[in-house]
Amino acid sequence: MNSPSSQSKNNKMVVKLLAIVVGMFGFGFALVPLYDVLCDALGINGKTSDVAAVYESVEIDESRLITVDFITRSNTGMPWEFRAETRQVKVHPGQLNQVDFYVRNPAKTAIVGQAVPSVSPGPAAIYMNKTECFCFEQQTLQAGEELLMPMQFYVDPQLPEDITYFTVQYTLYNVTASADVVAMN
Amino acid sequence: MTTATENTHTDDHHDDGHHEHHIPPGIKRWLYTTNHKDIGTLYLWFAFIMFLIGGAMAMVIRAELFQPGLQIVDPNFFNQMTTVHGLIMVFGAVMPAFTGLANWLVPMMIGAPDMALPRMNNWSFWILPFAFLILLSSLFMEGGGPAFGWTFYAPLSTTYSNDGTALFVFAVHIMGASSIMGAINVIVTIFNMRAPGMTWMKMPLFVWTWLITAFLLIAVMPVLAGAVTMVLTDKFFGTSFFDAAGGGDPVMFQHIFWFFGHPEVYIMILPAFGIISQIIPTFARKPLFGYASMVYATASIALLSFIVWAHHMFTTGMPVAAELFFMFATMLISVPTGVKVFNWVATMWRGSMTFEVPMLFAIAFIVLFTIGGLSGLMLAIVPVDFQYHDTYFVVAHFHYVLVTGAIFSIMAAVYYWLPKWTGKMFHIGLAKWHFWCSLVSVNVLFFPMHFVGLAGMPRRIPDYALQFADFNKWISIGGFAFGLSQLIFLALLIKACKKQGEPVSAQVWEGAEGLEWEIPSPAPYHSFETPPVVK
Amino acid sequence: MKRILFKVGTMLTALMTAPVFAETNDQIEQYQLNMTKGVTDISAGVYDMHMLMFIICVVIGAGVFIAMFISMYFHRKSRGAKPANFHENVQVEIAWTVIPFIILIVMAIPAMNLLIDMEDASEPDVTVLVTGSQWKWHYKYMDNDVEYYSKMATQAEQISGKLAKGKNYLLEVDRPLVIPTGKKVRFLITSDDVIHAWWVPDFAVKQDANPGFINDAWAMVNEPGVYRGQCAELCGKDHGFMPIVVVAKEPAEYDKWISEQQAIQDQAKAEEQRLLAMNMTMEESMAIGEKVYNANCAACHMPNGEGLPGVFPALKGSQIALEDQPKHIDVLINGVTGTAMQAYAKQLTMSEIAAVVTYERNAWGNNTGDLVQAKDINSAMNGQ
Repeated sequence: MNSPSSQSKNNKMVVKLLAIVVGMFGFGFALVPLYDVLCDALGINGKTSDVAAVYESVEIDESRLITVDFITRSNTGMPWEFRAETRQVKVHPGQLNQVDFYVRNPAKTAIVGQAVPSVSPGPAAIYMNKTECFCFEQQTLQAGEELLMPMQFYVDPQLPEDITYFTVQYTLYNVTASADVVAMN
Repeated sequence: MTTATENTHTDDHHDDGHHEHHIPPGIKRWLYTTNHKDIGTLYLWFAFIMFLIGGAMAMVIRAELFQPGLQIVDPNFFNQMTTVHGLIMVFGAVMPAFTGLANWLVPMMIGAPDMALPRMNNWSFWILPFAFLILLSSLFMEGGGPAFGWTFYAPLSTTYSNDGTALFVFAVHIMGASSIMGAINVIVTIFNMRAPGMTWMKMPLFVWTWLITAFLLIAVMPVLAGAVTMVLTDKFFGTSFFDAAGGGDPVMFQHIFWFFGHPEVYIMILPAFGIISQIIPTFARKPLFGYASMVYATASIALLSFIVWAHHMFTTGMPVAAELFFMFATMLISVPTGVKVFNWVATMWRGSMTFEVPMLFAIAFIVLFTIGGLSGLMLAIVPVDFQYHDTYFVVAHFHYVLVTGAIFSIMAAVYYWLPKWTGKMFHIGLAKWHFWCSLVSVNVLFFPMHFVGLAGMPRRIPDYALQFADFNKWISIGGFAFGLSQLIFLALLIKACKKQGEPVSAQVWEGAEGLEWEIPSPAPYHSFETPPVVK
Repeated sequence: MKRILFKVGTMLTALMTAPVFAETNDQIEQYQLNMTKGVTDISAGVYDMHMLMFIICVVIGAGVFIAMFISMYFHRKSRGAKPANFHENVQVEIAWTVIPFIILIVMAIPAMNLLIDMEDASEPDVTVLVTGSQWKWHYKYMDNDVEYYSKMATQAEQISGKLAKGKNYLLEVDRPLVIPTGKKVRFLITSDDVIHAWWVPDFAVKQDANPGFINDAWAMVNEPGVYRGQCAELCGKDHGFMPIVVVAKEPAEYDKWISEQQAIQDQAKAEEQRLLAMNMTMEESMAIGEKVYNANCAACHMPNGEGLPGVFPALKGSQIALEDQPKHIDVLINGVTGTAMQAYAKQLTMSEIAAVVTYERNAWGNNTGDLVQAKDINSAMNGQ
């Protein structure tokens, strides 16, 4: 039974199985970037790209008019006043547009904010191309400071026919605590 | 399957030098044991104790829900009870019980002297009690134990949980390590230690289903380990896997969790399929119908289980295309599952049936598991799932599959093989009381949950609106009765361990076939030291 | 002073809560067995789909069980049955693989069509932003400047059994969501903290509220009425106590209601500005503060201010409540990121926040003697 040959056979097999275990543990973490890739590709969960798009020679589709709504929220712990200067725009796919967002920090200290975008219905997200957005990076406002933040975007003419209306939400988070950690490092 | 042993083994048959040593007395025997039968017994008793502890928590839950209003526990403790009840039943009761059965039976069924990796076997059991001590002790710490459901959705389990989460994560890591070691052992044993002539398609179905389960385990337990690690680092080390503010996504947690979670569901039911496929032919006195299709069905269920996870997440706001994909894939699983049920019925058809206790549990399994399976099919339909999701309908569904499915199969298995383990027939009167009390009470307990769920009662709530009051009273009464019924089982098991009862033959049951029935009862401490030849 | 506050208070409560309590229904139906048909075309479709599935499942189940019980009865050893020896039949096995497959496709097609209708939230007439937070809902009408919080209205005494339970026990709120009938109402759903789920069974709408993300759902309600639901995703301690009440009104009534709300909201703002100039006495402040505290804070910090050790911090004897007054006010106004402590700036008036801060700094032996006024809150909020 437990002869040397069967021992080494067992050991070889254990090593192989452990390799699968380690591989699957890694796969668990690989799901994180994989999920982001899938989200970017399929617009799962209404995530928009966090990299600026380049706007060049996009054909404007005059035949369609898309309504885009903007919603702004300051999450718990974020005292900033935050609103879109334009609540709603009607755009032709391919046309470059700008919407300004107003922020003011009423607190007595400087605060670092991060805006997180989300699009509903989710599948519209990948057709929402932003060439410039305050959400690409963290924003710091000094006590009492106010700011008009521009956001430039165009709707990809590939947008499916059945989507005529979508909503973009920005949620502002107070990330001062974690931003300090980054600065210290 | 026809089998024959080359020589008969007896208790005093110690010709192999490796096993010459004596069994150490007392606790040391159990601490140091590397014998598959001892470890199997340890696993089974551990699982039963956990079943009673988890059951006691269910009693707390049902006592609180006996009538509207908060009477016994506060909502925070209620949430800890639902969470720990789930964790204990899944990782402490059902999975160790199956591992215990595998330890006892797989070597005997394939004609091997022991598991391939006996020392690892000892380890994989003995780390389990520590995992559950850690988990249970967290209940007594400041802030209490985990209160975010056994599914520990972020950010409730990360940013918004208490510091006891670290203990939860540690405990889950240990449970995972134990399961992985157990699974590796099963795989290596089945691959390398089969007796001559025991070809793949001659293996008993219990061995087949466990082999497939073991592969599922090593594929998904590491993913669970990854998920809890991410929860840990999100909570304590400033990462943002699941925190939108830091660029993460709380819904991603659910994708990772259910990528583990759905195969996990099959980890808890495939060995049950194997057990039922052993028991039905014995008491129908007729070979299993469609052996090959049973194997293929098990394998296809296991494969499909990797592409259906998001059916737990239809309300998270997935794109329609994804919802449709997961709906179709889920419905597809019902095909091989249906094949299994049809095969069992066809095995009974034109058999010569008797209804000993294991058969009673097996028949109850088929009926009640089918009910749970059919409600699962209803849950797969996305538009209707919007109404079912996170209600008591779901609670009813998974308890039908897990209690009257997995746990009934474990009880059937214990009654089926207990005489082989102890050499004595168990107390049949108590066993019949146990069966009938359990059968009636479990249905009073879980069937009305379908109704309150459809009527709109959400799950995981400590108090409910008045229109759910009457049914909840019945559900609680059924719950208490089911809990008490298990004490009969406890009494029976104690009697059996004291070796009371009529001695039994090697075959025990008239229609039983397979290698384990060819060695004497009780099964000798060392069996098949010389491999049998399977014809 | 007290009188004015009281008057404003009663006026607001009267207007806001009227619709919930005005509603009278027949007796509570016990033993409801089945899913509601609901009041939208979609919910009726969902009900039909559910019944279709149910019937198919019952038929399949019955077939299996009948075959099983026939063989259990006729093919038993005690009746002298001799076992046959067949153990496979390729035709039969193929048949019971293929036939279920066909049944599944038959079921999937109507389900798919229904789902596509359900998920089409385009071209709404009214849009409401629904935000979940531990343990209340916030509604914001995107087309009007109306927004408010909606909290469970069942008293703690009913839950603890000190008072008899009312008819809508746990399913009543202080301010319900009001929507027009016959119009497509789109719900944008998000969360401020953990995941919640907004569920109204009568609309067949259940959508998770994910922090940082928005989901949408829609309903076109056919019948005016009061529709009740609950949070459907475990969201912490009081998950069982965050009901949803939606009142559907005829469009004309709805228009009237929404303009009233706008007027009330403007008026309340003006009133708040006026009150800034006034000072409360310690006595008034403590009395109002206690009321506000019990309604908003006691669920976590407990009525005795001792919190739940390890889960919710104690206020009694805490450093912030005893010493750091600016921090104390800041926590009330803005909440604390990553905890259940919410921003109360929008949930309470400035004088209420001032009163509750005063209360917390002087109750349970926290005898700091600090008296905070509405204008202190205003200056903290607006950085002046």
